[in-house]
Amino acid sequence: MVEGVAPVSNLAERSKKRPLLVDLLIRLVKEKPLGLIGGIIFLVLLFTGIFANQLAPHAMNEVNLLARLQPPSVHYWFGTDTVGRDMLSQVIYGARVSMIVGMAAMSLSIIVSVAIGMPSGFFGGTFDLIVQRIVDAWMCFPGLIILISVMSILGPGMWQMIIVLGISGGIGGSRIIRSAVIGLKENIYITASVAVGTPTLKILIRHIIPNILAPIIIMFSIGIGGVILTEASLSFLGYGIPPPQPSWGGMLSGLGREFMIQAPWMAIWPGLALSIVVFGVNMLGDAVRDLLDPRLRGGVGRYGGVKTKIKKHELDRRVITKVPGN
Amino acid sequence: MGNYIIRRLILLVPTLFFVTVIVFSMIRLIPGTVVDVLMSELINGGGGSEGGVTPDRALLEQKMGLDVPIHIQYAHWISDIILHGDLGDSLRSQRSVTELMAPKIPVTLELGIMALLLAMVISLPLGVYSAIRQDTGSDYIFRSIAIALIAVPSFWIATMVMVFPSIWWHWTPSTEYIALTHDPWGNIRMLLIPSAILGTSMAGSTMRMTRTMMLEVLRQDYIRTAWAKGLRERVVVLRHALKNAFIPVITIVGMQLPILVGGAVIIEQIFVLPGMGRLMLESINKRDYTLVSGINLLMAVFVLLANLIVDATYGFLDPRIRYR
Repeated sequence: MVEGVAPVSNLAERSKKRPLLVDLLIRLVKEKPLGLIGGIIFLVLLFTGIFANQLAPHAMNEVNLLARLQPPSVHYWFGTDTVGRDMLSQVIYGARVSMIVGMAAMSLSIIVSVAIGMPSGFFGGTFDLIVQRIVDAWMCFPGLIILISVMSILGPGMWQMIIVLGISGGIGGSRIIRSAVIGLKENIYITASVAVGTPTLKILIRHIIPNILAPIIIMFSIGIGGVILTEASLSFLGYGIPPPQPSWGGMLSGLGREFMIQAPWMAIWPGLALSIVVFGVNMLGDAVRDLLDPRLRGGVGRYGGVKTKIKKHELDRRVITKVPGN
Repeated sequence: MGNYIIRRLILLVPTLFFVTVIVFSMIRLIPGTVVDVLMSELINGGGGSEGGVTPDRALLEQKMGLDVPIHIQYAHWISDIILHGDLGDSLRSQRSVTELMAPKIPVTLELGIMALLLAMVISLPLGVYSAIRQDTGSDYIFRSIAIALIAVPSFWIATMVMVFPSIWWHWTPSTEYIALTHDPWGNIRMLLIPSAILGTSMAGSTMRMTRTMMLEVLRQDYIRTAWAKGLRERVVVLRHALKNAFIPVITIVGMQLPILVGGAVIIEQIFVLPGMGRLMLESINKRDYTLVSGINLLMAVFVLLANLIVDATYGFLDPRIRYR
């Protein structure tokens, strides 16, 4: 927190040179130890997901009926399941599913929220009113319930899952984009742009999108944990990733539950992996939000006093780093 | 205040309209319509009651009211709901959807209310304590607990609650449902564990929200004044800060209701509770789509009304908020 009181001009210069993401990373390492831990957990998830083939000691669905329901041992670190599949390998391949669904669904969700929120906020008026009522209506549905309904109609599968999670998350997320755009469009440079006759599409792409990058990054990092958790819940209930594909949620249902007393390791490891990943991703998300958006911060300082002063400096700095380019 | 509620009720109409449109079109517009699904299921012999009879697509469509243009279907469907409170008949059993849902509602409602209460009882005091002892050891511990409560999936906690007591003490939580009217005390005892698990994630986020709001309020001028007057900490916190800090917390609780209702599906499934969530999963497994849409509609309306009530309470609790 001590670095927070550095001269403002210096900071402004520094942040000007670096792209938003690089600056974010450097500040994450310097200022947010818990966020950094979360970031490391997230990187481990990415690494495990990408190199699952190389990391897993056994092939994805390698069945060994002689080694059924083995407790954790030197050979099978996490034990084996009912048909003798290595739990460690299953958990490693499960990371791939979580990673792909989390990243892809969240990316789609961002695209959908920009596609809905940006025009809604920019054009306003009747269009906005109608779109917002639809968003209202969608947000009334308890998440899991509408997701299960739609998944049951589309049928289980990874792509269906990504599309459903992405679109439904995106509709809710459009609110955030909309309010960010409404805040932006009153800026003088937007008015100037309109005055010189820039086409609307160009204004949206050149002036609006670069300026809503911060909320977009926040949405992505805050939302991804929830997406991973929802994927696991859906798979747990049997409406997500179909069984031969190891997914953490799926591993906790079905056989994992039937044999949970005889072979508790079948239920422990996937849940533990899931919890750690969601925990890490949430920590990272919180840290990213704190770094990018001073208004949403969970408060520094106690009963006012000295620390409040520091907070003001931090606020100044954050405002500066939030203005990209010119 | 009265005006505000009336205006909110008027705004409710378009939202409700779109809610019904979503529920209605969910079944009818998604590629691979319900009729296709039912047809292929019947052809593949999974039908059950209709076994042996060649499925008749036209008859099936007629039975579901799908043989007329879509806007007329909607008009039929919505007028049945508004005029008769009739959500249609179940596709599988010949009973009406409302009749099937009625006995399940109290179970889920009770589960939800208990989860809500348990979550509040745990999270509010801990959140407040965390805030007034900011950056101390106990603050860090409570904050970590809060984050863990959010991160650990409820279905895993539920599984672990089944596994470990059974291994260590040969005891498992009862999954035998006891009706409230039959044995109130037994009912509450059996719902205690499921509702505690259902409330975990809500407890976590409420704890964090309470802490944040409390910190915000504690930094305000009138709190400094209260300190300056020489009031004791207890008085400052309980009488001056708490009231203002809790108001935004109520909104967060309201916003979490859909998550709570969704979570009930999982918890009811694990603990075999005969509530809406289980009915939902059963009806999906049986591809009983009129029932599915009935449940969806009911849940959405419930959330909508709950949010309205939360917003109204907001104005009621905080005299500074004037709704025009």
